[in-house]
Amino acid sequence: MLIIDCPYCGPRDQSEFSNGGEAHVKRPDGSAEIGDREWGEYVFIRANPKGIFYERWVHSHGCRKWFNCVRDTSTDEILKIYKIDEERPKLDSFKNNVKTPSGEPNLGSGNFTVKK
Amino acid sequence: MKKKYSIFSIAKNALKGHKDWPKMWRSPEPREFYDVIIIGGGGHGLGTAYYLAKEHGLKNIAVIEKGWLGGGNTGRNTTIIRSNYLWDDSAHLYEHSLKLWENLSTELNYNVMFSQRGVMNLAHNEHDIKEIKRRVSANNLNGIDSIWLSKEEIQKKVPIMNTDNLRYPVLGASYQPRGGTARHDAVAWGFAMRADEMGVDIIQNCEAHQIKTKNGKIEGVETSKGFIRANKVGVVASGHTGVLAETAGIRLPLQSKPLQALVSEPIKPIIDTVVMSSAVHAYVSQSDKGELVIGAGTDSYNSFTQRGGFNIIEETVRAMVELYPVFGKMKMLRQWGGIVDICPDASPIISKCDVEGLFFNCGWGTGGFKATPGSANVFAHTIAKNEAHQINSAFNLDRFASGKLVDEHGAAAVAH
Repeated sequence: MLIIDCPYCGPRDQSEFSNGGEAHVKRPDGSAEIGDREWGEYVFIRANPKGIFYERWVHSHGCRKWFNCVRDTSTDEILKIYKIDEERPKLDSFKNNVKTPSGEPNLGSGNFTVKK
Repeated sequence: MKKKYSIFSIAKNALKGHKDWPKMWRSPEPREFYDVIIIGGGGHGLGTAYYLAKEHGLKNIAVIEKGWLGGGNTGRNTTIIRSNYLWDDSAHLYEHSLKLWENLSTELNYNVMFSQRGVMNLAHNEHDIKEIKRRVSANNLNGIDSIWLSKEEIQKKVPIMNTDNLRYPVLGASYQPRGGTARHDAVAWGFAMRADEMGVDIIQNCEAHQIKTKNGKIEGVETSKGFIRANKVGVVASGHTGVLAETAGIRLPLQSKPLQALVSEPIKPIIDTVVMSSAVHAYVSQSDKGELVIGAGTDSYNSFTQRGGFNIIEETVRAMVELYPVFGKMKMLRQWGGIVDICPDASPIISKCDVEGLFFNCGWGTGGFKATPGSANVFAHTIAKNEAHQINSAFNLDRFASGKLVDEHGAAAVAH
């Protein structure tokens, strides 16, 4: 279970939040012209990396504000939390724990909190 | 040599202290080239290799597996088997599978411990009743055994259930008598052994690093044991299918999340069927060892940690204790998570793609175990013939452009 540092309320238990999936998804321009396939990709396809993932959360049982988060999906470690209007942090500013696409990290979920 | 198991071989080996059982499959080093490489040595992948060799006469096949056989979601599920899905396309797919299950122990000469103890899906409110009754009727139209049980009939079958004194009372249920459970490892081992006998190379501890393509055609797979060329590659890597597809530049509509399960300490036989409830989210069966096998839910966020949040366990145990107060003081022995790949319509993808010779069998989400033999069977057909079997033709990748989804959120045991 995660402790999420809401940029407005501070650290709270994950049960107060709802996950909003991938962040920074842009609706394609000219939706009247684009084909079914491109539209389908926008509607149905989201990034699903093992490693660094940009995602949205909403503090549903708190301030009810949306914000963005960078989390390592191989360890569940939260690396950065930033407000919705802040610029997306660069990918190479984070260390990737997974050496191959489906490889395992050295430290599993939660262990980084005690072994780091 | 064909390995036969019987009561005599067990007796003979018992006298020798079980030291002389033959190895069930070889452990070969990979060759340079295979006609077909299957990525993923779980039940679906091993079954695919088995049916490719048996029904399509292909001989030069490899199954590559990152860890050990059946060590992924095949060994992590709650082993429930049923085919009571709403839409025709899903009903045909899961019923095809159930029919194969019914003969699988005989076909493999290996006991997969398939036990048709029946599967019950509970209704807790007016809408549940309407939806489940509709599903029972749809099942019957598709020739699938499914009946509606009243509260009294449920109480007779499962006397320990608290039907009235809880927040969401039990109002009725659907029941599929042919549903049940099976031994999950045995399915992987049985398929592996028989595929190996037909010449399939099963290569464990061999992680796929990159799916290589050239000019829209498959070249092979870069693995931890070197590059292996192939004419065709089938990816059956459950939660990791998406990241492997990405190495070939293909984006799949999958999101990977931990799905949890837990087992209790073993007790005397107390529940002789499978009871599932989507609304209050608890499902349970009792293993032959006597443990209660309890299925919990998925986390709300993407993760590959094979662990899951504790709040999910709390919710499930809360529902369990309310439905079965008699379990209130039991101890839980183990808890684990498996990474499931969830499709937007809660239906699988068994399909070819834009790259010639590359095939995907994924998106089984929270309920792939029941489909193991059927999925393997039609996926083998799809790979061998380069086109879908009639049964999996609806489960293609094109549906996410055409919009012809197979929306089975209602029939999925886990609301997601």
